[in-house]
Amino acid sequence: MAIAAAVALLPLAGALIAGLFGKKIGRSATHWVTIVLVGAAFLLSCYLFAVIVLLGHPPVEGVLYHWVVSGPFNFDVAILLDHLSATMLFIVSFISFMVHIYTIGYMADDPGYERFFSYVSLFTFAMLILVLANNFLLLFFGWEGVGLVSYLLIGFWFKRESAVDGGLKAFIANRVGDVGFILGIAAVLTYFNSLDYHTVFSQATHLLDTTMPLFPGIHASVITVICVLLFIGAMAKSAQIPLHVWLPESMEGPTPISALIHAATMVTAGIYMVARMSPLFEYSPAALSLVLILGATTCLFMGFLAVVQQDIKRVIAYSTISQLGYMAVALGASAYDAAIFHLITHAFFKALLFLAAGSVIIALHHEQDMRKMGGLAPYMPITYLTFAIGALALAAIPPFAGFYSKDAIIEAVHLSTTPGAHYAYFCVLAGAFVTPLYIFRALFLTFHGKKHYEGTVYESPWVVLIPLIALAIPSMIAGGLLIGPMLFATPRLLGSSIFVLPQHNVLATLAEDYQGAQMMAIHASQTMTFWLALLGILTAWLFNLARPQWADSLKKRWSYLYHILVEKYGFDKFNQIVLVHGSRRLGEFFYKVCDLLMIDGLFVNGSGRFIRFFANKGRRLQTGYLYHYALAMLIGLAILLGWFVLGL
Amino acid sequence: MISLSDFLIVAAILFGISIAGIIINRKNIIVLLMSIELMLLAVNTNFIAFSYFQGNTVGELFVFFILAVAAAEAAIGLAIMMVLFRKSGTIEVDKLDLLKG
Amino acid sequence: MWFQQNILSILIWLPVLGAITTLLTNSDRTARLVASSFAIVNLLLCVPLYLGFDSSSFALQFHEKRLWISAYQIYYAVGVDGISLTMIILTNFTGLLVILAGCQAIKLRVAQYMAAFLVMQGMMIGVFAATDAILFYVFWEGMLIPMYLSIGMWGSSNRNYAAVKFFLYTFLGSILMLIALLYLYNQTGSFDIQHYYGLHLSMPIQKAIFFAFLLAFAVKVPMWPVHTWLPDAHTEAPAGGSVVLAALMLKLGIYGFLRFSMPIVPEACAHLAGLMIVLSLIAIVYIGLVAIVQTDMKKLIAYSSIAHMGFATLGCFMVYDILHHASAHQDAYMSLEGAVVQMVSHAFGSGAMFLGVGILADRMVSHSRLIKDYSGVAARMPIFAAFFMLFAMSNVGLPGTAGFVGEFMVIMSAFQTHFSVALVASLTLILASSYTLWMYKRVFFGPIMNQEVTTMQDLNWLETTNYVLLAIGVFLLGLYPAPVLNVLHATIGHLLSLSMPA
Repeated sequence: MAIAAAVALLPLAGALIAGLFGKKIGRSATHWVTIVLVGAAFLLSCYLFAVIVLLGHPPVEGVLYHWVVSGPFNFDVAILLDHLSATMLFIVSFISFMVHIYTIGYMADDPGYERFFSYVSLFTFAMLILVLANNFLLLFFGWEGVGLVSYLLIGFWFKRESAVDGGLKAFIANRVGDVGFILGIAAVLTYFNSLDYHTVFSQATHLLDTTMPLFPGIHASVITVICVLLFIGAMAKSAQIPLHVWLPESMEGPTPISALIHAATMVTAGIYMVARMSPLFEYSPAALSLVLILGATTCLFMGFLAVVQQDIKRVIAYSTISQLGYMAVALGASAYDAAIFHLITHAFFKALLFLAAGSVIIALHHEQDMRKMGGLAPYMPITYLTFAIGALALAAIPPFAGFYSKDAIIEAVHLSTTPGAHYAYFCVLAGAFVTPLYIFRALFLTFHGKKHYEGTVYESPWVVLIPLIALAIPSMIAGGLLIGPMLFATPRLLGSSIFVLPQHNVLATLAEDYQGAQMMAIHASQTMTFWLALLGILTAWLFNLARPQWADSLKKRWSYLYHILVEKYGFDKFNQIVLVHGSRRLGEFFYKVCDLLMIDGLFVNGSGRFIRFFANKGRRLQTGYLYHYALAMLIGLAILLGWFVLGL
Repeated sequence: MISLSDFLIVAAILFGISIAGIIINRKNIIVLLMSIELMLLAVNTNFIAFSYFQGNTVGELFVFFILAVAAAEAAIGLAIMMVLFRKSGTIEVDKLDLLKG
Repeated sequence: MWFQQNILSILIWLPVLGAITTLLTNSDRTARLVASSFAIVNLLLCVPLYLGFDSSSFALQFHEKRLWISAYQIYYAVGVDGISLTMIILTNFTGLLVILAGCQAIKLRVAQYMAAFLVMQGMMIGVFAATDAILFYVFWEGMLIPMYLSIGMWGSSNRNYAAVKFFLYTFLGSILMLIALLYLYNQTGSFDIQHYYGLHLSMPIQKAIFFAFLLAFAVKVPMWPVHTWLPDAHTEAPAGGSVVLAALMLKLGIYGFLRFSMPIVPEACAHLAGLMIVLSLIAIVYIGLVAIVQTDMKKLIAYSSIAHMGFATLGCFMVYDILHHASAHQDAYMSLEGAVVQMVSHAFGSGAMFLGVGILADRMVSHSRLIKDYSGVAARMPIFAAFFMLFAMSNVGLPGTAGFVGEFMVIMSAFQTHFSVALVASLTLILASSYTLWMYKRVFFGPIMNQEVTTMQDLNWLETTNYVLLAIGVFLLGLYPAPVLNVLHATIGHLLSLSMPA
């Protein structure tokens, strides 16, 4: 309990020290303080991982303090340490630790050095809180905390217009999701009278047949409403269609951030959340189906977009969206363990890809356009090697980490009975071809072929390379090591954190055929996914190295298709024109017409004008001539007298 | 014998003339002041008449008060008129419409 | 125990005494010093007030009662319950901030400025403490005078229009309230507000009284569509005036609803709750959209204040909807407490942002408040930018800051009865972040466009002190709102039982 709280609070302390006193204590002190604190958090989370997951210590739950007590409702700041959160703790603190070290090299000449460390530590704190929460409220704290830091970090170079815009877009897209999320929390509170996971999950079965009115005349199942609303939040955070638009823009931030936040940890918060809510989602086939279909769509169609990007970070960004789609598909197929498994392997190899890309970017003096790279392999051997490992892992080539997790997902979808599973199966299979296509395209364009830049290039310093190597190792071996305990052992690594109904339990069916990680890698040659992946690599080689002119003629022949991809299916245009301009128009209308013209013009100033108008008429009576007044007095007197005399 | 009503009729006529003077007069403020004096005289006439016919001296007492006030009022009125003339260069009632709305 | 018994009177009249003393000083320096010390002493006096308050009781505490006008049984009667205690402490806190900020910003007629704000502070404490209707009314109107003067004298270019608009708007409303109070006096023969509770008047009468109160309080809140005085008053007022307007004066409206409308005419409130909820929702969405298109920073924050107050009114009148659905009035606690917390948190957030605009405008020769005149301020004023980001986030309603608590509680309550109400209310998550961060972006980020920005100095110690105080408030309320909520529970429970329609 205390240790778990310490894991979260250590990075916070680092963030506060770096943020408040960074300028006073200097650069190296700042990075030492934050790295030591995050390192300590990492060691503690290793310990917790060992105690909870490996030694099987029962889950720990504890209240830190009561946040709000109001009427019958009780909101606590309380933490829960079980298999799932211990595992996530381990991953998050590990990646964060690596990124902290890497930052020393990447941000070396940046004036906002201390600020950057402060933000990264703050992010780590928020993410750990998100993971450790034992109730929806604290989850939301962390959820918004990571959103805030993500906003700050995307706009880190705040003098750049595009960076600030990207941050704003990310924040607002996430707020759109938060509307769903907070309503989901409200629904939970309304129907369970509590926000504690434990209470909520244990009562879920009581509400199976309950419906609630959404709008007059429209009723829906409570569990489905809750799940769908919560998933809207996850859609924004985990960049599922149509709320994915912010993630490519987030690449405006410094590369360590892209690795830490926009690939390895924050974007997986949505996946984590759905896995955590598995006891609710299991009872709502409709919500599962929605997750499955949206995930599958995201997985395939965002993969296509990665193929036409020219910015190396954007390629990886779209790849991230696509991989998040894979995770969502796994969730939808009730293979929550597989989703978390892919989350873990993805965290390793995607962080690796980003950091390696970052290494290239600093070597080329902040050049991100792949058309201006090429032939870097001999000059940056370690970067090349690690990038290649990341690419192979992403492309699901055995025995790299991505192979195991992705293959498990594809097989799970194949077996799934959730409505939409056939469509999803098609999408993930096609995705298996597209993924190697774009990542090897990036690899070939960057490291092979002709040089398209000027000057000489040197390998990056050791502070950059150490994290690369440290991430390359798990990218190679984590899949084979983890697949057994995570997916097919009984009890599984995540244990009771995940709840699956027996009829949805596809992983159990898969486990019957599982004969160990080596056998799985060897048998890969008999699966379609493997050949699709190879075909993808081949295609990438063909179109980018061997016969680049083919790619150009393809572009010309299918120009409208190419155009659609370059325009990203028009999501950005739609948002810009309909939502941004639409709301501004509406605001303009309300302000100019309703407020200024109607209320102020007609009623407020209108009443003033009305009185002035009548006063103007009335003042004509005041002629200023004495004799008029005298006459008026006389007439008045006469009337009064007449009234008294005649009336009485 | 002159009856009370004769006195009252005279007073009423005087009063009427003075009112007419105030209303009809468009030229001169002095005439206006004189009309006011005349109005006060009409009231005085009434007082004296009632006092005489009722054998009560209070009315005559009042006349002295009113005469004193009227004298003071005439003095102040003329003084104001002098200032007015200096300021605006006219004492024509038609021209004096500062209160016009 | 003379001190304990008269602490409320001391709190009310000490600032007024301070104002007189300040006016007697002969240099600007002494005036600043005297005014600040009075404000500090007054804030410190809140400590015994808070500690001496028995939060388990709903009764009026620190009660004082002296006959004032015997012919009509008008008393000088003051006392506090949980809600007024919270508001009095908030008033003193804000009062100190405004005086401190004024020390810096005001160069012209310093003593008068300080005196005006001290008097205003005293009057507001009086409003919150008064338990006699006429006393309440006197303070209520008395407060308008210094506010009118502060806008009219220290305001910017269009100040006369704004001052008159402000005065007429609010005055129109309060006259109707006076009529309602006189009617209630005729019914009960007393001006004690407590005697007006539980009268069980007939429905048409209740409705008439409700609308009379509504106009008075809705103008103050302000609710749509009687809100248009606020943007003008805010824009033209000096920074301190804007802070008082946003942080305190708007709360008087909500306070009025809680103290008068709901307990006096519960049936009418229950009957018309739907209308009030719709008006609140309009305030949240419509005003949110209007805020997006503002070009003047103060106007933008003013509109955002209206939207945030929409949450407070929503929380107040959602109660009837919840009571309609639920059997126990326990369930409605959160809604009402959310409304009160929203009042407090909005004071911190918007007050800080108005101060910020003042700080920015002071550094410009033109005193411009237009967003387009600024860009890249963060590069020149990093500390200020960091503070302002915090308060902007509070305005956005980020968890961990004060702004979140009230919004969260109200949305949670709204969902209990109507999904659609909760949905519309939660749109503020998007709208608030759009207008706040859009403004932040254009003012603080980006390259420096205006030459004047390059010479801007970061916060000095006085401004930093102010902001540190506010930041503490924002974090304390956001992370640990229990000290505020604890004093509210008993009062809210009592208020709910009074406000239940029979």
